[in-house]
Amino acid sequence: MKNDKLVPSIAEAVRQCGLRDGMTVSFHHHLRNGDYVLNMVLDAVAGLGIRDLTVNASSLFDTHMPIIDHIKNGVVTGLEADYISGGVGAHISRGVLKKPVVFRSHGGRPYDIERGASPVDVAFIAAPTSDPMGNCTGKTGPSACGSLGYAFPDALYAKKVVVITDNLVPYPLQDWSIDETHVDCVVKVDQIGDPSGIVSGTTKITRDPVGLVMADMAARIIAASGLLKDGFSFQTGAGGASLAAAKYLKDIMLRERICGSFGLGGITGYMVDMLNEGCFETLLDVQCFDLKAVESIRTNPRHREISAMHYASPGARSAVVDSLDVVILGATEIDLDFNVNVHTDSQGRIMGGSGGHSDTAAGAKLAMIIAPLSRARLPIVVDHVTCVSTPGETIDVLVTQKGVAVNPRQKELAQRLRDAGLPVCGIDELKARAEAMTGVPQPIVRGDHPVAEVLYRDGTHLDTIYNTL
Amino acid sequence: MRRSMLFLPGNTPNILINGDALGADALIFDLEDAVSPDEKDAARVLVRSAISSLGYRGCEIIVRINGIDTPYWQDDLREMIPLRPSLIMPPKTSCAQDVRTVDEFIGRLEGELGLETGTVRLIPLIETALGVENAYEIASASKRVAAIFLGGEDLTADLRCKRTREGAEIAYARSRMVVAARAAGVDVYDTPFTDVNDDEGLLLDARTAKSFGFTGKAAISPRHVPGINEIFSPSMAEIDYAYEVLEAIRLAKEQGRGAVALRGKMIDAPIVARARQTIEAAEQLGLGGKKHEE
Amino acid sequence: MKGSVFLSSLVRKSSAGTMESSDVFVELEPAGEIEIEIESVVQQQFGQAIEQAVRDVLREQGITGAHIRLTDRGALECVIRARVETAVRRGKESV
Repeated sequence: MKNDKLVPSIAEAVRQCGLRDGMTVSFHHHLRNGDYVLNMVLDAVAGLGIRDLTVNASSLFDTHMPIIDHIKNGVVTGLEADYISGGVGAHISRGVLKKPVVFRSHGGRPYDIERGASPVDVAFIAAPTSDPMGNCTGKTGPSACGSLGYAFPDALYAKKVVVITDNLVPYPLQDWSIDETHVDCVVKVDQIGDPSGIVSGTTKITRDPVGLVMADMAARIIAASGLLKDGFSFQTGAGGASLAAAKYLKDIMLRERICGSFGLGGITGYMVDMLNEGCFETLLDVQCFDLKAVESIRTNPRHREISAMHYASPGARSAVVDSLDVVILGATEIDLDFNVNVHTDSQGRIMGGSGGHSDTAAGAKLAMIIAPLSRARLPIVVDHVTCVSTPGETIDVLVTQKGVAVNPRQKELAQRLRDAGLPVCGIDELKARAEAMTGVPQPIVRGDHPVAEVLYRDGTHLDTIYNTL
Repeated sequence: MRRSMLFLPGNTPNILINGDALGADALIFDLEDAVSPDEKDAARVLVRSAISSLGYRGCEIIVRINGIDTPYWQDDLREMIPLRPSLIMPPKTSCAQDVRTVDEFIGRLEGELGLETGTVRLIPLIETALGVENAYEIASASKRVAAIFLGGEDLTADLRCKRTREGAEIAYARSRMVVAARAAGVDVYDTPFTDVNDDEGLLLDARTAKSFGFTGKAAISPRHVPGINEIFSPSMAEIDYAYEVLEAIRLAKEQGRGAVALRGKMIDAPIVARARQTIEAAEQLGLGGKKHEE
Repeated sequence: MKGSVFLSSLVRKSSAGTMESSDVFVELEPAGEIEIEIESVVQQQFGQAIEQAVRDVLREQGITGAHIRLTDRGALECVIRARVETAVRRGKESV
């Protein structure tokens, strides 16, 4: 019987997979800010004296701060990610890494892994439950995270695949997400993550009055767009105002007895409520944000896990984003051409990334940005964004608390919104209104060392992020 | 058209700077309860600076000053009157003399500043048992009084009863306030609903207030503003009916008839007056209606 | 009052404002000449504008000597002006 997949340590798995200097390792981010696995693997690799690795992580959070030391020691010399949070991002922005980070979107990453533009040598897959042969899932176990959607391309296309779990169950695990045919080794560790950082207990809608005004307006825009009818499909982020918009939208859908087709994306308890109350037939879930979503994906057959490819890959024959009606997205900046920045803050420091931003914007019939007119005295609308994360031609509407700007491409939509009594105005007007309050900001000064290259979902170059001074 | 009046705490910049985006018809810049005694000076300066710099286009500006039994109210007025807010709200108004005290001081300031007298008007806050009993004399104490406003929280404390979601305990005060205001020919505003998380309770409370005859209602949370606006706006049915009334009157005049009936009911002068008010409100709010094409 | 310049001096240390977002915390003490320290989340974009606003308020208030320190959390100019004015007024009062 070929029953030798279980290895005693991460270091042993690294050895068995033949990881050498200069190779690429990959990680998924379903354990979010509770993840222990990326740090454990890099420590083990460093202990083995392996150097010059490229880390391809679907996202990096501040819990991954130890990677900065591995970068300084030469263990990690390349970084590819879809999202990097502010703590790690600040170091990257100061130029700690010689080679620029490669930023992709959640759809672009699986596309590039699959077609070999970003090959992975060894994928390390944190799995909340696995059997000894590597049939694994995120739905159960003490570190349950729900969907494992972003781990699929790694499992399918990496040369070697290591499953790391803290909940080893007898063969065969019945309700697997990733199956054993892809897995080379399985490692049992004490804990793969801190449950409190993996999923939030509950995600709460904002209490910020400005956020609520914007959310109300966003829901009214959707209602006026002509898209809100039976069969409607919808994605929204986990930000406070986006969730509030989902709540207002739910009120409208229930009142008008509209039965939508699917809710997509990172899934929160609010989307689960919408499913359970009949707003959608199905939830298509690439990532769970809270305990309610995890519980739902485990128990409700209408709440389906989808892979990153199925979610958003531009190389797929079709992806769910291509059938999406409406997406609500955030922005740190948006410019007069509707280009959106979600990679850096207004000081030019990396504190985010595309995630599924540009994928859903490209796919959705109505891509809506929701953002306050200004944040900390900085107008949200600028002449040119610090970084183009999502091209303006894929953005349809900007919602602020003091008005709604419609992309000039969308003349019919603008008219519909005006007819519905929504405060439609030019995006330049919103910029002027913001600046009347804040004053005109002086441009920020940046260095000339590129710290990150942003790739569009199809692999083409979108923008370069330079170091902060 | 003033349906909703939203309280903004006077010393909190991040709420003040977005006041005009919250959908309220009027903003009440609060120098009283929302500001601690050692920050009264800071709030006055901040509110003055915010109003003069941000303008709050599209919103009526009301300032709630501190009570005349405090050492603050005259300084409040010295700082605010030069800005010529639409209304000053003196709290805890219990009798006509309270109104006249504020009225005279404002008059003096207007004189000193060379402003036309009487442009800044008053909306006394009535929140004591004595105030409710004196509502008519308060409402008619000065030409400056534009409206009176019921404060349910302090009132129920004074009445020694509990403030409830249904509000039976303030039903008498509500009636008395509305009668007094209408008798004096001024507007009348209802107390805020205080449970910020009870959206349904807010709607019930606002409907109750409207049924008593209130002009509008105050809010302590921006979350309550849309509900208040909706309930205190004329409904489409009301607007349509108002246009029908006016059309019936026009036809009757054309045909030289005296008595006019619509939908089997006689139309008398108060019905016509109400129809005109409804249409005026609808036009101000940009609401349509069937007009009189058909 | 705006425009009219009258000289005045500070008699004590004072402060105004808060560290909340969109606010600024101003600390002021009497000094021989004007010295301004600014720490701001929007230093690059608005550092100069903030300093100019502070100087304007000090001039309007007739202050020629003060050491003033601002910790700015993205306050609008009208907020900065109000907080500096309040700090100055407080610094002029003897306790």
